[in-house]
Amino acid sequence: MTVSDFDEYRPPELPRRPKRGSKRRRAGTGEGRGEVPMVPEAEFTSYYGRPVVKPPPWGDPIAAYLFLGGVAGGSALLAAGAQLTGRTILCRNSRLAALAAVGMGAVALVEDLGRPERFLNMLRTIKLTSPMSLGSWILTAFSAGAGVSAVSEIDRMTGSRLPLGPLRRLLRGLEGPAGIEAAVFAAPLSAYTAVLLSDTANPTWNAAREDLPFVFVSSAGLAAGGLAMITTPVREAGPARALAVLGVAGELIASRLMEKNMDPVAAEPLHSDGPGRMLAWSERLAIVGGVGALLGGRYRLTAAVSGVALLSASALTRFGILRAGIRSTENPRYTIEPQKRRLAARREAGVVHDSITTSE
Amino acid sequence: MNQLTESPDHVRHTGHPRKGFFTDTSICIGCKACEVACKEWNRNPHDSTDSGYELLGSSYDNTGSLGADTWRHVAFIEQDKEQIGRARESGRALVSLGMPGLGPPGQDRAGSLAGADTTPPDTPDFRWLMSSDVCKHCTNAGCLDVCPTGALFRTEHGTVVVQDDVCNGCGTCVAGCPFGVIERRSDGTAGPKTARDFTPGEQAPTRNAGVAQKCTLCYDRIVDNQTPACAQACPTTSIKYGEREDMVATAKERVAELHARGLTEARLYGANDSDGVGGTGSVFLLLDEPEVYGLPPDPRVPTADLPRMFKRAGIAAAGMLAAATAAFLAGGRA
Repeated sequence: MTVSDFDEYRPPELPRRPKRGSKRRRAGTGEGRGEVPMVPEAEFTSYYGRPVVKPPPWGDPIAAYLFLGGVAGGSALLAAGAQLTGRTILCRNSRLAALAAVGMGAVALVEDLGRPERFLNMLRTIKLTSPMSLGSWILTAFSAGAGVSAVSEIDRMTGSRLPLGPLRRLLRGLEGPAGIEAAVFAAPLSAYTAVLLSDTANPTWNAAREDLPFVFVSSAGLAAGGLAMITTPVREAGPARALAVLGVAGELIASRLMEKNMDPVAAEPLHSDGPGRMLAWSERLAIVGGVGALLGGRYRLTAAVSGVALLSASALTRFGILRAGIRSTENPRYTIEPQKRRLAARREAGVVHDSITTSE
Repeated sequence: MNQLTESPDHVRHTGHPRKGFFTDTSICIGCKACEVACKEWNRNPHDSTDSGYELLGSSYDNTGSLGADTWRHVAFIEQDKEQIGRARESGRALVSLGMPGLGPPGQDRAGSLAGADTTPPDTPDFRWLMSSDVCKHCTNAGCLDVCPTGALFRTEHGTVVVQDDVCNGCGTCVAGCPFGVIERRSDGTAGPKTARDFTPGEQAPTRNAGVAQKCTLCYDRIVDNQTPACAQACPTTSIKYGEREDMVATAKERVAELHARGLTEARLYGANDSDGVGGTGSVFLLLDEPEVYGLPPDPRVPTADLPRMFKRAGIAAAGMLAAATAAFLAGGRA
C-alpha cells in the first residue's frame, strides 16, 4: 500500500522478530505484537493469552514425595499385615521400606520449601481447611510408628548391636503397637496428597477431585506391592502380589472414571505432551507389572522385574499428574473455558444469583 | 459456604469495619501511578521472574501480571467497534438476567432497561480498556484456607495478609488462589533502597525471598488510618478505598449511572456475596467480560468442596485398607 509516490522507492520491510523467545511466549499464541490487531480467539477471550491462575512452585521433589509417600503407606500396611500373620521377612522388609520411603519423602518435601529452615512451622497449628497442614500431621504420626518399628528391625538385623541399653526392651515391646499405629495412618498418608492437589484452583487437579484419591491409593498399593516383590522371597510375598494386582486393577478403573467425570477441557493436559506420555506409559507399565505379578509372581526374577515395572508406573503416575496440573495453568483456556461453561449451565438452569459478575 | 471455610465474620468481634477497594475501571487513565506507589511503599523488588524490563507487546502493559513482586497491575486492552458492541451486548444480557442486588429487587430496573433504547448515540470506533488489578481480599479466601502454617491470616479490617516471618514458602496458597494473585517470591534483582537499611552504592537485599507475597491492602497504613498507597496515588479516583459496604454501594450507584447513559457494557465484579468466593473485598467495575481483563469468569474457592473431597479421600483410604486385608486373605499361607 502506498500513500505517496515516493513510497515505491522504499526498500522492502523485513518482518520484525522478537528479540527473545520469552517475549513471544508471554504474549501467547495467536496474539502478536506491534501492528497485529488484537482479535479475540473464536472460542474464548483471554488477556494476551496470559495465565489466569498461577502454578504452585512445586517441582520434581513434590512429585517424588507423592510417590514415596504412597510407597511408605502401602509398605506400612504390608508390614502390619505381615506382623499379624507371622511373615517375618515381609514384615522386616516392608518396615524398612516404609521408613526409608517416608524419610526420603520428608526430605524432598522440606527441600521444596521456599524457606526449608522453617519446616517445623508446618506443625505450629492444625488447620482442617488445609490439606497440607493435616498431611504434615499425618506424616509426623506415621513417621513415629514407622520409625520405631523399623529401628527395632535394624537392631535385630545387626544382632542387637545398636547402643540402646535398657531401651531395647522398651523398643521390642513397642514395635508391634508402633507398626499398627503406622498402619492406621498409612491409608490417610496415601490418600491425603490427592486432596492436597485437588483443593486448589488448579483447573486439572480441581476437576479431578472426585476420583483422584482412588487413583492415588491404588498407585500406592501397586508401588508398595511391587517393592515388596523385589525385596522379599516369593514364599512370603503372596500378599504383596495380591496388593499389587488389586492396585493395578484399582488404578485402571479409577483413572478412567476420573477422566470421565472431569470437564473435557480440564482433562486435556492429562493426554497431551510430556505428562500425557508419562501417564500413558504408567498405564502400560502397570498392566505389565500386574500381569507379571499375577502369572509369574512365583518366580523370583519375574517378580522382581514386575516390581520394577510397578514402581516405575507409580512414579510416572505421580509425576504425570503433578506436571499435567502445572501445565494446565500455563494456558488460560483450561481455566476460562470450564468456568464459562459451568456459569452458562447454571444460568441455563435458572441459577442467576451466584455469579461474580453482576449488573447492579 | 460450608462449616470449614473461613470468612471475615470470624473476626467480627474486633469492632473494625471491613475495608476494601472499589476500582472503577471506567475512569482509569492507565497512568500506573498505583503500580509505582505500591512498589515504593511496600519496597517490592523488580519483577525478576518476568521479562526483565522487556517490552511485552501487550499495548502499554509491560508489567505482565500480578505476582510476588507486583501487587497492582494495570491491564491495557485495545478494542475495535465490533468488540465494543459485543461487550455492550453481553452487559445487556447480564442486565436482563435480573441479577440480584442488595437493594430492591432488580426486576423493575431490568424491565425498564429492556424497553428503553439504550444504544448510545455514538459507539466509538476504538477504545482502550484500562484496569488496575489487585488482590481481591476474598470473603472466602482460598489462599488463607489452604495455608498450613497460619502465616496467612484475616486482619481486623477483614483483609488477608501474609506474616512474612511465619511463612515457610510451601507454595500451597499459590495453587489455592482462584485469581492467580499470590506468589512465592524467588528473588529480586533490584532491591528496594531506603535510607535506613542500605549502604549507598550497594544493592540492598531483597526482603522475604522464598515466602509467599501479595497485596496487604497496605495493612501498615490502614492501622494508622491512612489510605493504601495505590488509592492515595490514583489521580482520577479510579481506585477508591473505604469500608467495604460503602464501596459496594458506590459501585452499584456507578454501574446504574452508566447503564442509564446507555453504557450497558458496565458491570460489577466481586460485589455479589453469594458468588464462588463469597464476594471480594476489592470490587471492580468492568466494561467487558472478566476474562478480557485476565480475571476468571466464575472463580470458586477450592475449599468450598473440601468436605466432599475429604469424604472421597476417606472412602479411598478405607478401600486401600480393605484391599490390604483382602491381599492377606488371598495371599496364601506364610
